[in-house]
Amino acid sequence: MSSTGLYVAISVAACFFLVPFYLLIRNALSTDPEITGENWKFFPTHIQWGNITEPFADTTVDFGQSMVNSLVVGVLHTVGTLFVCSLAGYGLARIPYRHANKIFYAVLVTLMVPAAVTFVPSFVLVSSLGWVDSYRGLIIPGLFSGFTCFLFRQYFLGFPKELEEAARVDGLGYWGAYWRVVVPNSLNFFAAIATITFINGWNSFLWPLVIGQDPSAWTVQVALSSYTTNQTVNYHLIFMATAISILPLLFVFLFLQRWLVQGIAQTGIKG
Amino acid sequence: MSTTTTRGLASPAPAKVTKTRPRRGPRGTRTFNFWLFTSPFLIGLIVFVYIPIGWSVYLSFFEARFTVTPSDFVGLDNYRQMLTDSNFTGSLGTFTAFAAFIVPTTWAVSLGLALLVNRLRFMRAFYRSVFFLPTACSYVAASLIWKMSIFNGVRFGLANTVIGWFGVDNVAWLANPDPPWYWLVILTARLWLQSGFYMILFLAALQNIPRELYEAAAIDGAKPGWQTFRHITLPQLRATSTAVILLLLVAAYQAFDEFFNLLSKTTWGRPPLVELYYTALGQNQNYGAGSAGAVILTLLICVVTLFQGRIMGFGRGDQSQ
Repeated sequence: MSSTGLYVAISVAACFFLVPFYLLIRNALSTDPEITGENWKFFPTHIQWGNITEPFADTTVDFGQSMVNSLVVGVLHTVGTLFVCSLAGYGLARIPYRHANKIFYAVLVTLMVPAAVTFVPSFVLVSSLGWVDSYRGLIIPGLFSGFTCFLFRQYFLGFPKELEEAARVDGLGYWGAYWRVVVPNSLNFFAAIATITFINGWNSFLWPLVIGQDPSAWTVQVALSSYTTNQTVNYHLIFMATAISILPLLFVFLFLQRWLVQGIAQTGIKG
Repeated sequence: MSTTTTRGLASPAPAKVTKTRPRRGPRGTRTFNFWLFTSPFLIGLIVFVYIPIGWSVYLSFFEARFTVTPSDFVGLDNYRQMLTDSNFTGSLGTFTAFAAFIVPTTWAVSLGLALLVNRLRFMRAFYRSVFFLPTACSYVAASLIWKMSIFNGVRFGLANTVIGWFGVDNVAWLANPDPPWYWLVILTARLWLQSGFYMILFLAALQNIPRELYEAAAIDGAKPGWQTFRHITLPQLRATSTAVILLLLVAAYQAFDEFFNLLSKTTWGRPPLVELYYTALGQNQNYGAGSAGAVILTLLICVVTLFQGRIMGFGRGDQSQ
């Protein structure tokens, strides 16, 4: 393939990939008559910047609340997952203990059972704890990812021992050395796992759908989903809400792409 | 790989090997430290993973509707009910058809994109970002774009507009199980969402192929293009390809979001998780049957992940990467 042919081929492919984004933005900034009109309009005649506030003013779906819920859940889910999984990964990798291997296998076994498949009993458990419609129910059950723990363990196995030994000589225990030496020297890896975890948390749908029985506890994905079953279809509002829901992740993509790509190359797994 | 026990750097002189140091530090024993680090995670794992699984198995042997503390033991009745329920077995068929299409196509598209991007001299980052961007989109958001804008059954949907230019009548893409156009909607949505992610994996693998291999092949008279690709690139990508195919399979197995949102309330095109959702949390709240279905699915996926574990090399001793 010649160089020109290569660029033609890849540009055609790129156009196909960008079509959905074009439609999203076009519809979000148009009026409904322009979207549903007889003739296809490639661009809105007048860009409707006023559409931006509409989802927040909508009375049928509390979109603003759902964005707040998603941000709170996304951030706490990420921080919490990194906290518990990195500690466990370090313990399993670095602290000698007789039964560590058995415990590690008990963690690995859970990888066989995808969380999505056990949503029925998980829901049963969470509802018996009284956590339906609460941040607790949305966040806590998802923190204990065997896979993330596994990744941290693998990473810490390859972490240079000399740094900890130096800390040990300075009289720090495991705990002190971990926070003062290991974590500050692993920030790249933490950032990579954090971006992936945040994206998965933000985009997850099945669990928030099950837990969010009451609209006040909906995450943004559940709110978007509810638009599909509404009686009145308000196209520009729905597309504007969808566009706003993607914004935080576009932000992650633009500013954290290095870690994101590194994280994917390291993990190769999407939740 | 040898199953060596030295991790990290081997020390130059045996005398330097640090034996277990005397315990020190303010917090006593190693065992205490081990539990200090691991117990938050392990307790959570027991409560939110092991207990639900156990509970699920327990419920699956009981008649449990609208209750999670049943008393009516029915043995394998729920399993029999699920396995003879045409909806549930049909959902397994739906998954099989879905996987048979989406796994090879995503594999081919993501590999193709990676090969193209890998050959670019300039604007490489730009094109990589374009193909990667859909990963930022959730399945729900993509479902909305697909359902309401691209494959909208009326004239102003993009697909109907385009075929209209060629004088073809409107197609009700999602509203009709026959002909099953809804498959086109579902497959293109997932293809668009997934391909960029797996492209990144292939790109990373392509950059790890030693250049000398290509040079040696050129000296041996291999023509650039198909021959080189067939005999150098593909074999070098075998591990990544296998991993990608398994990841795609497991992901397809758990498909829920786009089916639920694209085909809301329809009775056709239900994959296993959607079927379970309606069984357990729908009108009848049949936790017993839902749990039995979950156990069946888990057993099925265990087979796949065991196979996957083999390939990813879990439990082959500790090796630093």
